[in-house]
Amino acid sequence: MVRLITHNLLACHAKNCTSNNFPLQFKDIEIELREAEFNPDFIRGFLPKLEWKALIDAAKQLGDTSLPSEQPEMIDDEFLKNLHHVLLEIHIEEGAMICPNCQHVYPISNGIPNMLLAEHEIG
Amino acid sequence: MLPTPDYSHLSSKDFEDVYEPAEDTFILLDALEQDAHFLRERKPKICLEIGSGSGVVSAFVSSILGGSSALYLATDINQHASQCTLRTARQNKIQIDPLTAHLSDPFSPRLENQVDILIFNPPYVPTPKDEAITGQGTITGAWAGGQDGMSITDVLLSKVQTLLSNTGVFYLVAIKQNDVPAIQRRMLEHFSLNSEVVLQRRAGREHLFVIKFDKA
Ligand SMILES: C[S@@+](CC[C@H](N)C(=O)[O-])C[C@H]1O[C@@H](n2cnc3c(N)ncnc32)[C@H](O)[C@@H]1O
Ligand SMILES: [Zn+2]
Repeated sequence: MVRLITHNLLACHAKNCTSNNFPLQFKDIEIELREAEFNPDFIRGFLPKLEWKALIDAAKQLGDTSLPSEQPEMIDDEFLKNLHHVLLEIHIEEGAMICPNCQHVYPISNGIPNMLLAEHEIG
Repeated sequence: MLPTPDYSHLSSKDFEDVYEPAEDTFILLDALEQDAHFLRERKPKICLEIGSGSGVVSAFVSSILGGSSALYLATDINQHASQCTLRTARQNKIQIDPLTAHLSDPFSPRLENQVDILIFNPPYVPTPKDEAITGQGTITGAWAGGQDGMSITDVLLSKVQTLLSNTGVFYLVAIKQNDVPAIQRRMLEHFSLNSEVVLQRRAGREHLFVIKFDKA
């Protein structure tokens, strides 16, 4: 399944596509919400690994605007809970992710993204 | 003893396309269980399994570490395998994010120096080179490893140093014909990665090994 935590780690890897290839843009998305166990330590520990702007943009594309546009300095419980929800509870079931640079389309079906490239697209 | 994750939802129909857990899977589970304490101590945040097949290995790691304390990413080049991995996650009420992908390709550059636990039980059987290439993505590609059984594994080995975090560990399944000492020597010489054989056993015709690598 693709959740925003995973989307935040994916880049286009088609041949010669090495700049402006992140984050992938969502298209024709269907989402499902599924509850996940809240672990504040995990979320806190993951924070430094995130590309914040990419996360905020992706959340907006899915209609979630609960997160501030800059990472706050004061990390409180409410913020961690919102971040938990955005990262782990929104499942992208159908649709596609598109490279902002080369426009390569990575389809998502039954909750699984297909990141494979054709022979001639491999770098 | 931790139980093997439940995969009773997968049928012989699924195993026409997807690798059924076998001796190589189980030696890997045993090696991970033996290291359970060591793995928990390192407080891993990101686990990445390459070639997840049925998904039982990632599900097992999740049961060792606790589902909510890490992100479990799983790639497989076979779409049916990605589906089975997702179903196994649901069956065991845990979260695994499976992707259909070649090795770790879509995670470059974001997972550079980020992977705390990397796992690969690769197609390791020596076959003609074409068989390893044309088999990729099918059930043949689950075991056909080309020259010395190393065609696919070698590609991943060249990326391990880049993927692992400073406290990261990598578990690899191999068989005798892969030349385990040569793999260990190459990883040390080219990438300064230390390694040890953490488990080995004979199963039928195969002499199986689990090798653990780290940056220490
Ligand atoms: C020996 S099976 C192991 C499956 C499972 N991890 C287990 O231990 O039972 C090897 C798996 O690697 C996958 N695989 C082979 N080549 C791959 C590649 N280039 N990228 C990702 N997965 C690959 C196969 O589809 C298969 O599911
Ligand atoms: Zn691209």
